[in-house]
Amino acid sequence: MYDKGAARGVYIHWSSCFAEFWLVLECTMAKNNSLHPNSNGETDDSPNMLVYRKMEDVIARMQDEKNGIPIRTVKSFLSKIPSVFSGSDIVQWLLKNLCIEDQVEALHLGTLMAAHGYFFPISDHVLTLKDDGTFYRFQTPYFWPSNCWEPENTDYAVYLCKRTMQNKARLELADYEAESLARLQRAFARKWEFIFMQAEAQAKVDKKRDKIERKILDSQERAFWDVHRPVPGCVNTTEVDIKKSSRMKNPQKTRKSVYGLQNDIRSHSPTHTPAPEAKQPTEEELQEQIKFWQAQLDRHRLKMSKVAESLLSYTEQYSDYDPFLCTPDPSNPWISDDTTFWEMEASKEPGQTRVRRWGFGINEVLKDPVGREQFLKFLESEFSSENLRFWLAVQELKKRPIREVPTRVQEIWEEFLASGAPSAINVDSKSYDKTTQNIKDPGRYAFQDAQEHIYKLMKSDSYSRFIRSSAYQELLQAKKKKSKNLF
Amino acid sequence: MSELEQLRQEAEQLRNQIRDARKACNDSSLSQITAGLDSVGRIQMRTRRTLRGHLAKIYAMQWATDSRLLVSASQDGKLIIWDSYSTNKIHAIPLRSSWVMTCAYAPSGSYAACGGLDNICSIYSLKTREGNVRVTRELSGHTGYLSCCRFLDDSQIVTSSGDTTCALWDIETGQQTTTFTGHTGDVMSLSLSPDSRTFVSGACDASSKLWDIRDGMCRQSFTGHVSDINAVIFFPNGNAFTTGSDDATCRLFDLRADQELMMYSHDNINCGITSVAFSKSGRLLLAGYDDFNCNVWDTLKGERAGVLAGHDNRVSCLGISSDGMALATGSWDSFLRIWN
Repeated sequence: MYDKGAARGVYIHWSSCFAEFWLVLECTMAKNNSLHPNSNGETDDSPNMLVYRKMEDVIARMQDEKNGIPIRTVKSFLSKIPSVFSGSDIVQWLLKNLCIEDQVEALHLGTLMAAHGYFFPISDHVLTLKDDGTFYRFQTPYFWPSNCWEPENTDYAVYLCKRTMQNKARLELADYEAESLARLQRAFARKWEFIFMQAEAQAKVDKKRDKIERKILDSQERAFWDVHRPVPGCVNTTEVDIKKSSRMKNPQKTRKSVYGLQNDIRSHSPTHTPAPEAKQPTEEELQEQIKFWQAQLDRHRLKMSKVAESLLSYTEQYSDYDPFLCTPDPSNPWISDDTTFWEMEASKEPGQTRVRRWGFGINEVLKDPVGREQFLKFLESEFSSENLRFWLAVQELKKRPIREVPTRVQEIWEEFLASGAPSAINVDSKSYDKTTQNIKDPGRYAFQDAQEHIYKLMKSDSYSRFIRSSAYQELLQAKKKKSKNLF
Repeated sequence: MSELEQLRQEAEQLRNQIRDARKACNDSSLSQITAGLDSVGRIQMRTRRTLRGHLAKIYAMQWATDSRLLVSASQDGKLIIWDSYSTNKIHAIPLRSSWVMTCAYAPSGSYAACGGLDNICSIYSLKTREGNVRVTRELSGHTGYLSCCRFLDDSQIVTSSGDTTCALWDIETGQQTTTFTGHTGDVMSLSLSPDSRTFVSGACDASSKLWDIRDGMCRQSFTGHVSDINAVIFFPNGNAFTTGSDDATCRLFDLRADQELMMYSHDNINCGITSVAFSKSGRLLLAGYDDFNCNVWDTLKGERAGVLAGHDNRVSCLGISSDGMALATGSWDSFLRIWN
């Protein structure tokens, strides 16, 4: 049935893993290949590669002979613990070598790297960083996430199976692993003999290894599975956002087989592999690009200083209205459990701070329903409300369902622009002609030009009068009215 | 020289000229100008509410305009409308497809929308006469997943998709009024300008583009990031916007300067940004990261002002209420948290 010869011929490529490790170390220390989008704008690598590369750069520094973390062999009761360093060593190194402010941040960053499997606690399946004497070991680059591993359940089955064959206390299955093994045995009942044989072959090869090397490799292999088959309740860092998962299935790069027959050693770190040749744009696409860039070249750009000043003045003006910077008056409902602030906002009587904001510009008045109401009231008292009413009507028109638009356009035309209109507004002849054309085929933007003209008029004329008016000034000076009645 | 080669050279020349024109505007930098500005100090926020109810990863959320209700979407196949202040669930809407990636709340509060791997933007009426919630429209037309959607009003919605396009839909007729093409990678996110005349999109081609809603034209295009842009948000004055990317940086772009003003990054931040939002004045930039934290940045000085830790898995979405009082974060740990 199954070819025993083939099973025996399973090639374990980790025996060279240390050789590869040093090769990778050299590469990561070398100058990085930038991950720039090609001329089409596509980045061909999976989005995680950049992040992996950053982490691997830190790892490379941590492994540096001179300035890295000192790795040592610890003598324990009857044996030696090879190639380890403590959690505190890691925290201290991070604090010293990266711009980290405190231990909390160091632990956070260290835990992130451990969760991705770059180093791991040798006696725990849970991959976090602890600032104490817990022993950690580096993962071999063969198992780094940048190799795009997607190990299958058959491999996991081989792994768990071979663990049961080895008579070592440290390799005993944890409860959740035993459960997984039982599940896998049921799922792969038909091919279990094959899986068993692979496991046997693996165990045999493992036995032949040097004892110390074996300890290290066993722990690295376990850490690999802790990343891809995490302890229940732990975060699985290999989980990908579903939006990205379809793009990440790059068959050339994905590695699925841990114990397989392929010999696919990478000669250098995958994060530093140059991106493949990109698609070149067509003639048509280039014509389009040229047209676009020409238009962009002609655009007027503001100087950086002007733009920066404008941002500065905006944030300054509105900082009083930013609850994250300035405690709201009377209180922030989320903190005080007192909803007075919201009740005041909803009421028709605006508070001083709210009225003050209307003075920042016409948009503030138009944005605030109470502001609009007060503005309208003021203009009506002057018998000059038609501009604002027109502007409001056009804003409302834009939100209407499309089937109601033609009728509404006609109504607005009749009310404000037709000859003899009851609320005649004054627009320049150009806008008037354009509008006359537009209403023949009425759409949401039929009054766009007229509306812009009226907006400019309001801004320079009606709005400034409103702000200077006694009505507005009274609201501004008004004493804060009690929001709750006493009786 | 072939026609193709000539065109390529011409395009390259134009891009270089634009790069020079942009450089010519750099009489200073934002960080130089704000060097003397008082820092915002250490920003510390606490969780004021935890919204429990979803059974799987939360992928998206949006506040309603009343600053109390919000909608969230999860891989458990549910859209939940929460009263975030009381933590009560107002509606728990079962979805036809559990692979939801985005959700939105109409400014009027009458509708919610969501979509995902089904390539469809489903519109739900929240205020039906019968009192229940039901699908009123399914907007289909995209040939890729729906990554983001935002209501302009009850009649129109803008969507972005993995098919590299964005679209403006008329909800009543279910038709695409306008299609916005130009990106060469999946479009991941969009943000409407405060005046609703334009919107900005961010895509996996590492570029962000400004679009005119009315005529469908791309008005401006911005580069700078070196990996997927996952999130975009307009600065409150509508003249600038920020993007968050898998390259572990956020960047501020200005429309009038036509270029990048500031980059928000740190050597210790080694993971992608999933979501971004501005505080009411724009002084603070909040960003959600893959490493389970939220970082608070001083928009003007470029410094990190605080960290919000509390989620047990990636922060996938966040948003600030319109009154600026509260930040809501949604996570793969299935919880939403309200902070301030």
